[in-house]
Amino acid sequence: MNDPVKEPAAAPGGRPILSLRGISKNFGAVAALTDVDLDVSPGEVVAVVGDNGAGKSTLVKVLAGVHRPDAGTLTFADREVTVASPADAHALGIATVFQDLALCENLNVIQNLFLGRELRRARLDEVTMEIRSWELLRQLSAKIPTVRVPVASLSGGQRQTVAIARTLLGDPRVIVLDEPTAALGVAQTAEVLNLIERLRERGLGVIMISHNMEDVRAVADRVVVLRLGRNNGVFAAEAPSEEIVAAMIGASDNVVSRRAGRARSVKGEA
Amino acid sequence: MADVKAAETAAPLDLLDERLRRGDGWRSVAGGLWRRVRSGDLGVLPIVLGLVVIWTVFQSLNSVFLSSANLVNLLMESASVGIIALGVVCVLLVGQIDLSVGSVSGLSAALTAVTFVSHGWPLPLSMAAALGAGALIGVVYAQMVTRLGVPSFVATLAGLLSFLGIQLWLLGDTGAINLPFESDLVHFAQLAFLPEWLSYVLVVVAAGWLFATGYGLARTRRAAGLSARSTSLLVARSAAVLLGLGFAVWYLNRARGVGWLFVSFVVLVLLLHYALTRTGWGRSVFAVGGNAEAARRAGINVRRVYTSVFVLCSTLAALGGMIAAARLAAANQATGAGDVNLNAIAAAVIGGTSLFGGRGSAFSALLGILVIQSISNGLTLLDLDSSFRFIITGLVLALAVTLDSVARRSRVAHGRAA
Repeated sequence: MNDPVKEPAAAPGGRPILSLRGISKNFGAVAALTDVDLDVSPGEVVAVVGDNGAGKSTLVKVLAGVHRPDAGTLTFADREVTVASPADAHALGIATVFQDLALCENLNVIQNLFLGRELRRARLDEVTMEIRSWELLRQLSAKIPTVRVPVASLSGGQRQTVAIARTLLGDPRVIVLDEPTAALGVAQTAEVLNLIERLRERGLGVIMISHNMEDVRAVADRVVVLRLGRNNGVFAAEAPSEEIVAAMIGASDNVVSRRAGRARSVKGEA
Repeated sequence: MADVKAAETAAPLDLLDERLRRGDGWRSVAGGLWRRVRSGDLGVLPIVLGLVVIWTVFQSLNSVFLSSANLVNLLMESASVGIIALGVVCVLLVGQIDLSVGSVSGLSAALTAVTFVSHGWPLPLSMAAALGAGALIGVVYAQMVTRLGVPSFVATLAGLLSFLGIQLWLLGDTGAINLPFESDLVHFAQLAFLPEWLSYVLVVVAAGWLFATGYGLARTRRAAGLSARSTSLLVARSAAVLLGLGFAVWYLNRARGVGWLFVSFVVLVLLLHYALTRTGWGRSVFAVGGNAEAARRAGINVRRVYTSVFVLCSTLAALGGMIAAARLAAANQATGAGDVNLNAIAAAVIGGTSLFGGRGSAFSALLGILVIQSISNGLTLLDLDSSFRFIITGLVLALAVTLDSVARRSRVAHGRAA
């Protein structure tokens, strides 16, 4: 396993594969997204962070074709596109892994991986599907002992892996991950973060929604902050957490910084 | 390191993980089966055991029960409700229900009889009309469920009443229409039996085919570097089928033999089994039953799956009704009424199809109807009236569902799909 130094397929900061400009989405009187911009380049991991209600989930749904934006443009591979349905998103090459993963627990790993795109639908080619499943899981160094068990028996990290691996079968160019580490333990989180790095090495554009700053800083190249449905700053991953958190919450004087300040002063007195 | 490498290349691609229990041959197969049963994945075991118990009890009460003549009769009687149960299996697999299969079957019987006997249509046309009506009913249900969001429970409950009404209206004042004995339909349902030689040929073909497909699959898998069943195991399986079916056919041939009707039912079971397990459609049926939202996001047209399943169920119900009328040589107000509805649903559930969707098999219709028909037949032989039949069938259903719930809990605990 002595791979040569991995060259990203395209240098981060190259031409974006996917660009959002001025995206707005209203639900009745509520403006869930207002004038949001977002870029992701091939081989780049962009984290989108924000407090509850910042519009992260709405943004994911816009990218996945679940919601149509009320205003704004999507540019994919230098072409202005409309994503009116999940099928449109698939066809373009934007794959989304939702937080609930959307796996069928009663089906096994192979069946889930190939769900909706089975080989030879009149007489399923199970053998080829099994081999391709193994190849895919090996490429991702996934730790799944057997692919012929129902997904119900897999751990959270393994399910996340299956869900991500499934999107790769469609040869996407951008993957949107909604809270990929939210429900995972320490080791499983590390596994998923490794997986995200492997996606980047494959030259995919990765948009990762999260509110775990530690995970974000571990893998992201850039951090985009949303606040109350608007862009509120773009940070390098190395930026101090306090700055990012401040942008998420909206001010440098906020609950978090006051707490931090209090903790410092307590330490100082002691 | 080198040793590990060598060991890995020797193992099939799908058994590389060191956490897997590995083993070859018979012991690992037996061990695997035992682990499955212990973890609550009972498969057909409870039904087969149940059948053995039922048959033993009835045989000890009345020695006619297991006679060739009675078993021939039992199988012929099971076909009509069994075919209806096949459709119910499909609907249950997607997590829906059709409570109107009984009325639809009765309506279909009435429609066939009215057009064929009273209006003198050619038989194929009458049958096609009845099947078409069944399919149409399925389309209507599917529209109500998928477009209007009416729960299938309510939609089909409404259908139950409406179609019963139409059936009674079609049959008119006399309330019954006799089908001529010399018609092909009645002949097929009552008198058409396989010639003895053909029945044995079919047994050999079945066993040979089972082996050929199993061997073909094993060879492809081995060529692709995957684990595969050993040839000796495949031979043993086919030999068991050959002996088992051969004995059954020999025993039935001592009386009238194997009816074309029952063979047709079994063929339908096999076709549905193939469709459910080996086609993309079947895969989407299981996916929709397991997690409809996930299926939708995977690009499956969930509405179309629901529609196909409701249409299939109503059409099979129509076919079953026609056959019930043919068995009786008459379509009357009782065709499809009474316990047909519940027997069809109970058969599917007793056979192991989950009421919650996503789990089951075409064979559950076959096994379930054998259980129900055995009880019904046995009690009739004992000259007990239908009150007992209802009570006992109800108890068996309760037992089957309870067993399934317990096994389900165990499966969850052992990390298998609920």
